[in-house]
Amino acid sequence: MRHLLSTSDLGLDDALRILDISEDMADVSTREVRKLPTLRGTTVVNLFYEDSTRTRISFEAAAKRLSADVINFAAKGSSVSKGESLKDTAQTLAAMGADGIVIRHPSSGAPRVLADSGWVDAGIVNAGDGTHEHPTQALLDAFTMRRRVHGAASRGRDLDGLRVVIVGDILHSRVARSNAWLLRTLGAQVTVVAPPTLLPVDVSRFGVDVHYDLDEALFQVRPDVVMMLRIQQERMNEAFFPNAREYARAWGLSAARFRALPPETVVMHPGPMNRGLEISDEAADSPRSTVREQVANGVAVRMAVLYLTLAGDREDSL
Amino acid sequence: MLSQADIARALTRISHEILESNRGASGLVVLGIPTRGVVLAERIAESLATISGEPIPVGSVDVTMYRDDLRSQPTRASRPTSLPVGGIDGKTVVLVDDVLYSGRTIRAALDALSSLGRPRAVRLAVLVDRGHRELPIRADFVGKNLPTSTAERIYVRLAGVDADELVAIEGGAATEGAVGAGAHA
Repeated sequence: MRHLLSTSDLGLDDALRILDISEDMADVSTREVRKLPTLRGTTVVNLFYEDSTRTRISFEAAAKRLSADVINFAAKGSSVSKGESLKDTAQTLAAMGADGIVIRHPSSGAPRVLADSGWVDAGIVNAGDGTHEHPTQALLDAFTMRRRVHGAASRGRDLDGLRVVIVGDILHSRVARSNAWLLRTLGAQVTVVAPPTLLPVDVSRFGVDVHYDLDEALFQVRPDVVMMLRIQQERMNEAFFPNAREYARAWGLSAARFRALPPETVVMHPGPMNRGLEISDEAADSPRSTVREQVANGVAVRMAVLYLTLAGDREDSL
Repeated sequence: MLSQADIARALTRISHEILESNRGASGLVVLGIPTRGVVLAERIAESLATISGEPIPVGSVDVTMYRDDLRSQPTRASRPTSLPVGGIDGKTVVLVDDVLYSGRTIRAALDALSSLGRPRAVRLAVLVDRGHRELPIRADFVGKNLPTSTAERIYVRLAGVDADELVAIEGGAATEGAVGAGAHA
């Protein structure tokens, strides 16, 4: 695998390969020595044009567990704030010997530009681009679901027939987009629920069922997994819904809605959570919530992605 | 070169040799290197248990992440590492692989073991030793020494992972580039 830019690039075999290697990477964190020598002598740059603590730390932990050297580059307070272009920044990093670039950028498609431009030879991993994709989040979500469903016998299994309901800001959510592609590839049946203002115009192209009413969707689908998305207040510069209380009442996973779910239903959230807005304390802190598992699994999945993009012969492609 | 019966005999003999050198079965842990080493490890552990009357812990140790040739090859998928309950600390670990060749896989396995715990001793059992070592590594227990040329390929096929069971050599330039199950070229 040369780069990881989008989950829509991944076929079933590719996705299962990443998830299976993630299982082996997750085992490493249960050992006495939580480190592998695999990427010794390799330099990974975390190039972050947007604030993100969790994703950056997760990638940093993953790279360090594989013995790579990690350089964190935050655009704020750097040459970028002096007006340096993406091309110049990338070429500067390449000149310093970056073998891999993990990039988060506010513009959709920036990682693709970096991968296709020929500016740098480094392997590119998309850590979230605009409102486009966040492939490692989708992979860690799928990994978490697979472990909940199949337990220790997860290796080699897909998510055939799993009913997943994704609730919230589908329009701006790169998590929803990446999840929709990947979950469909893995055989899951995906339903999205959102106010009409927070659905993209071309939602039919996601290959998902659409509902506007959360109670109706939960009742009809009887989901195995409910994934609540974060209301991204930094993107709410236009009026997509009247106010937070109304959103919470209509589309939040309240305690009452949580109790009405089938007893086996798992609750997921990519974090950081807005408690009381899209998710209630009762749902977030329940044993059926996978929020902390998702964080732990994120490191394992990112180890697998860094391994696949950086360890092998760079001429090889997935 | 080896039939199913030859393989079974070799594994039984290896099991007797392990028990003799260990003076019994105490503290033994048998770990196979995926893929075919794991099958062999399970059979050796079973035979050790039959001979000694004690259950023998068995597991697997994957070496993919410890290899020194990762950069020159297409990326390999890893395999599960599973240690028996009780781990390997203070135990005598018998590593099992199908073919011993350059010794690089075993070097990687020794590194992997050191991050899994601290065994009292590590021994190496292989079904076939084909020579051409590139590192100072030797096997303690060998099913069969098969002197080969580097142009030859050795195929190990085992029931459980493959359709049939045998060890074969395919020689020289004629079959170069052939890809087969468990080829060690």
